[in-house]
Amino acid sequence: MNEERKSKGSGGKKISRRDALKGLATVPVAGAVAYGAIRKSHYEHKINRLISDELGMSPAEADYILPPPGSREIRIGIIGFGIRGKQLAQSLGFVHPSLIDDWRAAAAADENDTRYSDFMAQQALNVRITAVCDIFDTYGEMARVAAGNLNREGTGARIADMPRRYLDYRDLIASPDVDAVIVATPDHWHGPMTIEAARAGKHVYCEKPLTWTVEETYQVRKAVRESGIVFQLGHQGRQTASYIKAREALQKNMLGKVTLVEVTTNRNDPNGAWVYPIHESASPDTIDWKQFIGQAPWHDFSLERFFRWRCWWDYSTGLSGDLLTHEYDAINQIMQLGIPHSAMSTGGIYYFNDGRTVPDVLTTVFEFPDRNMSLLYSATLASQMSRGKRIMGHDGYMEIGDTITIFPDAMSTRYAERIAEKVIEPGKPVYSYFPGKKSVDAVSSATERYFAERGLLYTYLGGRRIDTTHLHIREWLEAIRNGTQPGCDIDQGFQEAMTAHMGTLSYKHHKKVFWDGENEKIIV
Amino acid sequence: MKYLTDRQAIWLVLLRLVIGWHFLYEGLVKVIDGNWSARAYLFDSQGPFSALFHSIASNDRILSVTDFLNEWGLLLIGLSLILGILSRWASYAGMLMLLFYYLSHPPFPGITYSMPAEGNYFIIDKVAIEFFALGVLSLFPTEQIAGLARFFRGKDQNHE
Repeated sequence: MNEERKSKGSGGKKISRRDALKGLATVPVAGAVAYGAIRKSHYEHKINRLISDELGMSPAEADYILPPPGSREIRIGIIGFGIRGKQLAQSLGFVHPSLIDDWRAAAAADENDTRYSDFMAQQALNVRITAVCDIFDTYGEMARVAAGNLNREGTGARIADMPRRYLDYRDLIASPDVDAVIVATPDHWHGPMTIEAARAGKHVYCEKPLTWTVEETYQVRKAVRESGIVFQLGHQGRQTASYIKAREALQKNMLGKVTLVEVTTNRNDPNGAWVYPIHESASPDTIDWKQFIGQAPWHDFSLERFFRWRCWWDYSTGLSGDLLTHEYDAINQIMQLGIPHSAMSTGGIYYFNDGRTVPDVLTTVFEFPDRNMSLLYSATLASQMSRGKRIMGHDGYMEIGDTITIFPDAMSTRYAERIAEKVIEPGKPVYSYFPGKKSVDAVSSATERYFAERGLLYTYLGGRRIDTTHLHIREWLEAIRNGTQPGCDIDQGFQEAMTAHMGTLSYKHHKKVFWDGENEKIIV
Repeated sequence: MKYLTDRQAIWLVLLRLVIGWHFLYEGLVKVIDGNWSARAYLFDSQGPFSALFHSIASNDRILSVTDFLNEWGLLLIGLSLILGILSRWASYAGMLMLLFYYLSHPPFPGITYSMPAEGNYFIIDKVAIEFFALGVLSLFPTEQIAGLARFFRGKDQNHE
């Protein structure tokens, strides 16, 4: 305070030293708070510099391409309109009006239910569904109505141009008004349909796993390569922003030498264990059972087998093909593992003893001696304890979900100096990534982590979360338009299928199986 | 202020300082961060007013204004309470902010939030208590006892 101010004191009297002290007494408190805030910021600045400058993590978010205006319309045929086929059609922008009604009612009842607004905001992909095929009449007709629901309307929708429903998938593939085919059938049909479509020069988006048998895997790869079609395998995890970031973290060697990777499946409800509802209108009259069986061993008509086909080896690839493949493909995307040297599986039917032949508990260990590491997969369909994915290195370990968090290892060589300086503290994340957060930021508050785990921090495009399946299909469509190959192409698919088959064969034969890389053969 | 004993005055000044400390530190951390946003917090809102807070979070322009007001509001209110200048107005402004925090995350039975609470609350939580404490401070101003306001006594005597 200057003299002038002082002389302006009450009644024009001079302010005494005592008064001035009382006036200024609390100023140091503000200084103390500022000191605390600056110290905190200084620490965060140091660790953030370490992340961005020394480790070189980029602040960049994954880019998502928007289709150029005036791109050509792609005419799609969908084979299979069950649970997954409906979801894929939805990702293309086509749903049955009854679903719109359901979503609207759900949104009216619960403002947090944003399925309706999310779907309406979903980008149009400039595609038409020009052909559908399902061997269950009810689903086949639903598919036609969904495909004709061009304006995303509810009941009373103007349904124009309903596509033709084919009773045999071969006719759909042969149809001249089909440019590209989506295969969303039981596993035992993936291979034959992809081969047929490739030979007809039709682009293919095929649900995972690539194949049901080892032999088919070679044939599918051959057919796709020879035809030059654009092929995408349905591992939508390829579009997950955190996996893309995890790959960068590994390329920057943030974890040091990785020796063990752990991936898991944790489900605990009948739906998760593939005990799906049986449709009331299903019967031998409405289902083409013979076509369903295809190359599978003959079995008399069974509604359970039709709707819950994932429970039988006759049509399914079990946990290995169904859920391990998602986990493996994520790690293959992040670490480029390729096909493992060996696989060893154990497990059994321990909870869902409902006549199924595939296990509901499975543990598989894959060895990658070239990389000096093991990949451990463990799954149960009867506990939901969430274990996530963990990549363990000498210098740090990474937990991957929708977010990634990297923790330094207390015994790390690389970070030893920084740990001694207390810039890095073992047990505290050295790096966290939440999609939608623009900055490179090591220090995430506990609050932020909670929010991120709840999915509250995500923004992908225009501030909203986007369905990864939509992005995955979009990548395929863009590849078709641009004549490029998408991320989960036939080579990635070949690796995925062989890895899954190795896991299954080891389980079935109760022994370790090997991959002969030179001859591309599984040795049982 | 003659009706206050010395001890009463000291405790009131301390109350003003600790609340100011809390506001100032929250404000400084957010301002220094540079990337802070209330977005996730607002999306986490529940209870009867959640629609309002969700709509703030989903509108980028309104959100950036909200973020700015939050960061600088907290900082200035904290500074004002600690330094003892315009502290009555700071109390009112602080109460308004706390009211918004409370309404966005009301501790009502049956509502759970992303951030687990560190204690058990039924209708009254620490935000509510801080709100009422600021109410007390607004009625018992102490900036004339210890604070920069002493230097401006001639101008602003209305609250004595």
